[in-house]
Amino acid sequence: MTLTEPPAARPSARWQNAKIVDIVVRTPRIKSFFVALPEPFDFRAGQHVDVRLTAPDGYQAMRSYSIASAPGVASSSIEIAIDLLDNGEVSPFFHEVAAVGDEIEMRGPLGGYFVWSPSDGGPLLLIGGGSGLVPLMSMVRARVTVDAAVPAALILSARHWDDALYRDELIALEQRHAGLSVIFALTRDAPTRPQDFGRHIDEGIVRQALMSLPAAPRLVFICGSNGFVNSASDAVLAAGIPTEIVRTERYGG
Amino acid sequence: MVTRGFTGRGRPPGGDERIPPGQHLVGDFPVLSAGPTPHVPLEEWTFTLKVGPKPIKSWSWSEFNALPQTSFTRDIHCVTSWSKLDTAWEGVLVDDILAAASLSPPTDFTLAHSVDGYSTNVPVKDLIGGKAMVALRYGGEPLGADHGGPARLLVPHLYFWKSAKWVNGLQFTERDTAGFWELRGYHMYGDPWREQRYDTD
Repeated sequence: MTLTEPPAARPSARWQNAKIVDIVVRTPRIKSFFVALPEPFDFRAGQHVDVRLTAPDGYQAMRSYSIASAPGVASSSIEIAIDLLDNGEVSPFFHEVAAVGDEIEMRGPLGGYFVWSPSDGGPLLLIGGGSGLVPLMSMVRARVTVDAAVPAALILSARHWDDALYRDELIALEQRHAGLSVIFALTRDAPTRPQDFGRHIDEGIVRQALMSLPAAPRLVFICGSNGFVNSASDAVLAAGIPTEIVRTERYGG
Repeated sequence: MVTRGFTGRGRPPGGDERIPPGQHLVGDFPVLSAGPTPHVPLEEWTFTLKVGPKPIKSWSWSEFNALPQTSFTRDIHCVTSWSKLDTAWEGVLVDDILAAASLSPPTDFTLAHSVDGYSTNVPVKDLIGGKAMVALRYGGEPLGADHGGPARLLVPHLYFWKSAKWVNGLQFTERDTAGFWELRGYHMYGDPWREQRYDTD
């Protein structure tokens, strides 16, 4: 962790009535929601929005969701991807009730540390577990929007091949854009491609990702459940990466 | 704005007078932190009290554990919207730390510092009078590294990012000085009952 970066300039994040304009099934348990905002905002890859739902009796539930879409794209909507949680309160609403045309309250952009802008440079090492890929996906998508693409290696951990969020888009990006390498670490499936693994992320997998980069990473971003972030952080530190360049975001909180 | 089709499940059975607005109750204890979890060996652990840049007093782990210990059961509220009721802590009240250093608060503001470079600002009035402690134990056990062990600040009436994990010092400052999250868009004070989450709240 470093305190040397300048404070983030941030416009006020007011609640807006956002309209769901599209819903896309990504995996058996993850759906993407594209929402249009009356007052669109600029954001940095890795930032999140707060979503607020209100019951007829006035009860409100608020949750934070990372933005999956790339910043700077002059789009009228942003994408959030939501994992269906057992015994959840807000994610079942999104998965089972929400429909195109519904309005939800949203504000953002929020968060000023687990963020990356092309001017921050690279190389980047990105490690996601399950839906922990979402803020990293915004970085990957942001990376291809700039001319001199920053070298990046991504490790995505998922249970099964079909649980790997944005799998086909990542493979296509890897093939189309030099300087991005993707490793899938499947914990309950055999690996599909030669560069993939059928086990939890460990030091060996991190070292293979590092070999695909032209130089040591400038920043490492790790996102997932707390248990995932702890074990992935241990693997990253065991591979010789200094703790100061490692930024983490833990879901489930 | 009522959300079509949303009824909500998060209401606690005994009513919600203990749950601040926008919060929901959890039974587990979620973990959030900005970097890898530091593991601090007890023989290297220190806690330092400073006035501005000047160290006033430092304690080793055994010296700090010899200070008066207080038990504390409080509700805690994280800015990411979870709340947890009746969490049981033991540690050293900030009042007792100041007494052990024979120090009256020389300013109205502090920054708490952590081993990983984290910091957060808390006004003196929110630390004294039995309101806050440096916690060493949780639920009757030594505080685990994930939750800030060996020692974390505990200021339970403010959003939980103010309760700095892996705390190793408290510094009195002349002015209210933004810490790690406060520099990154989060509120300078962080009262959950006024929903002071972000700097524009």
